[in-house]
Amino acid sequence: MIRAAVLGGAGYIGGELLRLLVGHPKVELAAAVSSRLGGKRIDGVHPNLRGVTDLTFCSEEELGEYDVLFLASAHGSTMSLLPRLAGHAKTVIDLSGDFRLTDPAQYERYYGIEHTATDLLGDFVPGAPELAREALKSADRIAVPGCMANAAILALRPVAAEGLIEPDVTIDARTGSSGSGATAGSNNIHAERSGAMRVFAPAGHRHEAEIAQACGVRPTMTATGVEAVRGVQVLCRAQLRDGVDEAAVRRAYRKHYAGEPFVRVVAQRRGAYRLPEPKILAGSNFCDVGFAVREEPRQLLAVAALDNLVKGGAGNAVQSLNIRMGWPERLGLEFPGLHPV
Amino acid sequence: MIAACPECENKIDLPDTTRLSEVVECSDCRSELEVVSTDPALLVIAPEAEEDWGE
Repeated sequence: MIRAAVLGGAGYIGGELLRLLVGHPKVELAAAVSSRLGGKRIDGVHPNLRGVTDLTFCSEEELGEYDVLFLASAHGSTMSLLPRLAGHAKTVIDLSGDFRLTDPAQYERYYGIEHTATDLLGDFVPGAPELAREALKSADRIAVPGCMANAAILALRPVAAEGLIEPDVTIDARTGSSGSGATAGSNNIHAERSGAMRVFAPAGHRHEAEIAQACGVRPTMTATGVEAVRGVQVLCRAQLRDGVDEAAVRRAYRKHYAGEPFVRVVAQRRGAYRLPEPKILAGSNFCDVGFAVREEPRQLLAVAALDNLVKGGAGNAVQSLNIRMGWPERLGLEFPGLHPV
Repeated sequence: MIAACPECENKIDLPDTTRLSEVVECSDCRSELEVVSTDPALLVIAPEAEEDWGE
């Protein structure tokens, strides 16, 4: 057993980490930090954990020594927290956006603030098993990709890596409300949110930079909040290069994902779920990836779906931990999702 | 008998009892496929009704 601590445990991503870690057979959840709920039971804010843990939130000052520390704190603050927190654990897994981009100029462009820990950027390995499995085996600084970014990267990486598409890609991302965090605001009250399809990022979403970095493409992305609590779906459109047909596209996806434990190629001709659908992935660590080819004009539609809190965050972090520790990748992540739901 | 799915190139293992005009399903892309020849084994996409939610 290893001992784990979670900082930022009161948020939705933090709560999902707590859920996965209390059920993990090789992890003892030893501490959960909340700046505003110190001393309170974690099942107060995460009621799904009633009866499975008696843990209470602690303050940052009460942290001891652990084998792994998960940072589910906000971007912008994590880069200042890390230098003083790093001594609490050998392995740090960050779920904020602060250490995902290798280029601090890109960070400043997309996040609107200067990066204050540029000397640490080179220490981080992407918490993206499909891209960085070998590096993760010995990584002690891991940066988990953003939820919509991870979906788009998994959709685009095979065809980009195989040279099947032109570099300009448009991405239409849809996300559930849990992606906007656990903090209430006037924009998020039920009367405003219910039934809305809110284009909250018409251009320049932060995840564009991650997708460009991972896939070598030039993405333009829109992000829309839809009538769901969990789930991300991305529709990525790119021009196919000359001579590339549907069979070549399918071969690329098969080649890249044949042995992946949590990526399924879903491009079927029949049924209600013929392309990736986030609805059936809630709570699971799967990312479904599919595609369709349009003949005239020649265009690829690459689709991916995942649970933004699991494969889009906490589940990817635990999968990365499994790799780092040399455990089976599916350990603690076997839940396949629900149907019907 | 081994036949290739005309939709996704998946290799489909057909039982020896497979007959002409039988409809089988591809385990990968889930296409419904019609057996149009058994020697050699040959499959084509079976016709299907399309959804249209755009009205």
